[in-house]
Amino acid sequence: MAQVTLNKIVKMYDETPAVRGIDLDIADKEFVVLVGPSGCGKSTTLRMIAGLEDITGGEIVIGGHVVNDVPPKDRDIAMVFQNYALYPHMTVFENMSFGLRLKRVARAEIQQRVENAARILDITELLSRKPKQLSGGQRQRVAMGRAIVRDPKVFLFDEPLSNLDAKLRVQMRTEIKKVHQKVRTTTVYVTHDQVEAMTLADRVVVMNGGLIEQVGTPNELYHHPRTRFVAGFIGSPAMNFIPCKLEQAAGALRILLPGGIAFAVPADRTARYRDHAGRADLLLGLRPEHITETHRNIDPGQQEFQVTLEVIEPMGMETMIYFQIDGVEVCGRVNPAAGAEAGQPMQLLADLNHMHLIDEKTGLML
Amino acid sequence: MTATATFDKGGPSRPVRHGSMSRDRTLALRWSYFFLILFVLFFLTPPIYMLITSLKTSGEIAGARNPWWVFDPTLLNYQTLLTSPEFLRFIWNSALVSVLVVAITMVVSVTAAFALSRMRFWGSATLATGIFLCYLIPETLLFIPLFKMFAVFNQLTDIQLLNKWYVLVIIYPTLTVPFCTWIMIGYFASIPKELDEAALIDGASYIQILTKVFIPVALPGIIAATIFAFTVSWAQFLYPLAFTTSSDQLVLPVGIITTLIKGDVYNWGQIMTGALITAAPPLIIYAFLMDYYIAGLTAGATKG
Repeated sequence: MAQVTLNKIVKMYDETPAVRGIDLDIADKEFVVLVGPSGCGKSTTLRMIAGLEDITGGEIVIGGHVVNDVPPKDRDIAMVFQNYALYPHMTVFENMSFGLRLKRVARAEIQQRVENAARILDITELLSRKPKQLSGGQRQRVAMGRAIVRDPKVFLFDEPLSNLDAKLRVQMRTEIKKVHQKVRTTTVYVTHDQVEAMTLADRVVVMNGGLIEQVGTPNELYHHPRTRFVAGFIGSPAMNFIPCKLEQAAGALRILLPGGIAFAVPADRTARYRDHAGRADLLLGLRPEHITETHRNIDPGQQEFQVTLEVIEPMGMETMIYFQIDGVEVCGRVNPAAGAEAGQPMQLLADLNHMHLIDEKTGLML
Repeated sequence: MTATATFDKGGPSRPVRHGSMSRDRTLALRWSYFFLILFVLFFLTPPIYMLITSLKTSGEIAGARNPWWVFDPTLLNYQTLLTSPEFLRFIWNSALVSVLVVAITMVVSVTAAFALSRMRFWGSATLATGIFLCYLIPETLLFIPLFKMFAVFNQLTDIQLLNKWYVLVIIYPTLTVPFCTWIMIGYFASIPKELDEAALIDGASYIQILTKVFIPVALPGIIAATIFAFTVSWAQFLYPLAFTTSSDQLVLPVGIITTLIKGDVYNWGQIMTGALITAAPPLIIYAFLMDYYIAGLTAGATKG
């Protein structure tokens, strides 16, 4: 059993706060990803769990024990670093067994545990090589092997895929997920890449400015973001935010966009937004995949509007379109067969069943 | 041809003679060879002259014949020196002092550099700068106060250190430790921080991080520092001249000039032979470890 609990964790560098009091419960066997832009405190949080940074305030509990003053080696954790941090003078076998040898584990057991981990990661034939003879992906596997061999309570990953090229990154991402499914060790994983976060995590923790913005499963974050930051950070391309005005119109609600475009709010959302009728300091949040080409059978929540396209980006299975609504760039996603052409007007469909309304001042979802 | 092409300096439309790149290169190479030959002549002439003179008898050296040629080569000078108990004693003293100084220096500077570069503690940055400043103080300023210190120490404790070969083992590290520490700080700084963090998480203590990770990884730097410490203590002249006087306590550089120059009689053949024998060990060490030495000194530049 290895739950990890963070209680009001604070980290100050001199007078500058890096982490400003975060609470987080990580369940046993869970894969949690900390994600956020650089400088949001995610790596600092991970390093505090590892014991590589002092904790300014609050407490960290691993497996039922407060570990604030416990040195890293006694926390029973293993960490995988961005630059792998393999010992360059040791072979892969020596790298993987270093921790066990320091703990004076019996030779036969070391042999068995290393071979076992090597089998899981498919690096058995590399055991006698030195790190400089390995490719980036292989080094990454060895770094993971070094973590697995120690059979720790918690795995910590600090942006482990950032040094790999795009193709290998996708491959190693799957690999990490497979390994977690095999060994089921509680994992805390830090990345700035929201795709990595979404694909790997049981739960994603979105951080910003030293605080947690939202914790949730990838789907929760995607469909029900609580703040503008989360809505904009999760999903690629990012959600569109268009300044708008909410108006009461004969029992129903209407959204007025600056370019004279008006959308009716779907009936099932009227109750939720009614109190905000008349406000002009709102943002309409709509993901690119909910702005598509128009078609014949239009649902009640879907509404047509017309724009002039500025840029189109064919991606093969879909085409990204960009246009402006009164100076705000908006992105949509259309079928490649829909005949989108730069500079040409196009009839589009906004799916307001997936709309979000955001208070522009507080950044909170309504 | 368009009008723009005429302004394109690298373009083929411009008339080119011989290919200017290679002409530049030839010219540069000629000058470098010129200066290299100049330097070789300048630096190799003294040792060659030493070698020539060491193979001559006193009579031939005194004779007014061509000093750049050996007419009656002899190994007598080598034979005399290498069988003289006094000279062998100098070699022994030099070797003993150098080996001990290198050992002390490496233990102190490697551990100090590790602490200063990795175990951030209060005042570590100031201390690191202070160590470097120590290196900038010339020994000519230091030897009189040091001498006085040992004299006072003798009065207080009755322990005689002056005129003993081992006083040099105490003094030389004042020269070698600052520089070697500085080299090692630079080398350790080029080792990524994640490496000690990984070792820390793997359960290594600071001593284990040093011995099992840092020393093996920083081996080229350690070899460079060792060579430096050896060269400094082997070739040191001023301190042994000031601190040792009895002939059984002397090291090679001082021993040669104090025993082979008697009054105004210069035994040139033996002086040159002694100097050559003295110069040999560092030369041999450099020849074998040159690559490591260069790798060690340039570590910060290429890996930083």
